[in-house]
Amino acid sequence: MSNIPAELKYVSSHEWLRLEADGSVTVGITEHAQELLGDIVFVELPAVGANLAADEQAGVVESVKAASDVYAPIAGEILEVNAELEANPELANSEPYAAGWFFKIKPANAADLDGLLDAATYAAEIGA
Amino acid sequence: MTAPQRTPLYEAHIASGAKMVDFAGWEMPIHYGSQLKEHEIVRSDAGMFDVSHMTVVDISGSDAKSWLQKLIANDVAKLGFEGKALYSGMLNDDGGVVDDLIVYLTATGYRMVINAGTTKKDLAWMDKQSAGFDVQLQVRRDLAMLAVQGPTAIAKVCSVKPALAEQIQALKVFQGLPSSDWFYARTGYTGEDGLEIMIPADQAITFFNELKAAGVAPIGLGARDTLRLEAGMNLYGHDMDETVSPLQAGMGWTIAWNPEERDFIGRKALEAQKAAGVPMKQVGLVLEGRGVLREGQKVVVDGAEGIITSGTFSPTLKHSIAIARVPAATGATAQVDLRGTLTEVRVVKMPFVRNGKKVFE
Repeated sequence: MSNIPAELKYVSSHEWLRLEADGSVTVGITEHAQELLGDIVFVELPAVGANLAADEQAGVVESVKAASDVYAPIAGEILEVNAELEANPELANSEPYAAGWFFKIKPANAADLDGLLDAATYAAEIGA
Repeated sequence: MTAPQRTPLYEAHIASGAKMVDFAGWEMPIHYGSQLKEHEIVRSDAGMFDVSHMTVVDISGSDAKSWLQKLIANDVAKLGFEGKALYSGMLNDDGGVVDDLIVYLTATGYRMVINAGTTKKDLAWMDKQSAGFDVQLQVRRDLAMLAVQGPTAIAKVCSVKPALAEQIQALKVFQGLPSSDWFYARTGYTGEDGLEIMIPADQAITFFNELKAAGVAPIGLGARDTLRLEAGMNLYGHDMDETVSPLQAGMGWTIAWNPEERDFIGRKALEAQKAAGVPMKQVGLVLEGRGVLREGQKVVVDGAEGIITSGTFSPTLKHSIAIARVPAATGATAQVDLRGTLTEVRVVKMPFVRNGKKVFE
């Protein structure tokens, strides 16, 4: 079944989050999400510097099959987006937890991460 | 809900790593890993699609010809020799499309291939129209059907069937070759060269495995859709249905108006539409920027509206394309409501891709 790394946090809309050493948080979509979408052909990423609320739209991912919104899983400021992913959207299919990351966000409240799903809970939610 | 049906090739799909989905009541492969890779294989090499969910109907009886001349909008009188094929719409009295189909002339009458999702209503419609005709219909669920498509498809089929190679290679487009219980037709739904092959069900898996060993890749329904869309070919239930006239769905060329006395079902309605002026037409749309055109999106042309009937990302062209029904006066550009943003698109004559190459200007 789907790969769900134990060290990451998750939200029900199928984004993953990784807390980095500098306090920033890297966000991408899960392997399960990319399986549902199929071949990804375009990715729209948020503007660097944008301040987003939790659950606010942060981008769009378009596959051959469907268009789907990507949400900011926590409130914060967009620090960096993955330009490599914009040029090669298939990275979200092939390496969803590595080269296929979407953006880095500076959390408005570091504690917001605590309330998110752990790997076991996300796995249970998607029936994995 | 009844459980989905399985084709004779079900086990071969599972063995090939297919992701199976429910399609028109059939458990069918959507892809075997990557839809984009499968699309590319058919454009550059050879792939095979299980189309056994489609329905083969053999038509016999002394009135078979006159019945078909009433039943469908194209004229089976054009079929000059055994194996010759014709594409047509089967219309209702209002001129709407009940289904689109291929019909072949056979030794015993005709053979028709109709869509899977429309089979039940098609058979009921045909049964209703057969009153007063000496015509018998036989549904051939004992046959599987495999479409082998791509620039090397015919050569690879011939490598598996060397005894028939010469005859298969001699087939012209829209011609078929019967061979005992098998039938090889040079037809397809991809814009590439290739064959659609009807096979006795119990021999289907062996043939599938032989083709695979000859380098023909299994292709899912996902790539089938992007390939047919690039080829500018209609999909029933999306680009047309019972509420849409063939004159508004790019199917005008399939209507045989002559002889004038041939009174096919829907003729009077179509003649009235032509006399009144057909308000909408089918065109191709091209979006060269980012984003993907999708079925159901609104098309805006000088304040009037149309609709996208099929849209996708074109794997060959690397941008989005769509089939749309738009006001007849539409010129070289239109706007599409793309997730809330009106975006300019080009209006082109289809197909988009033929034999691996971009064809529109």
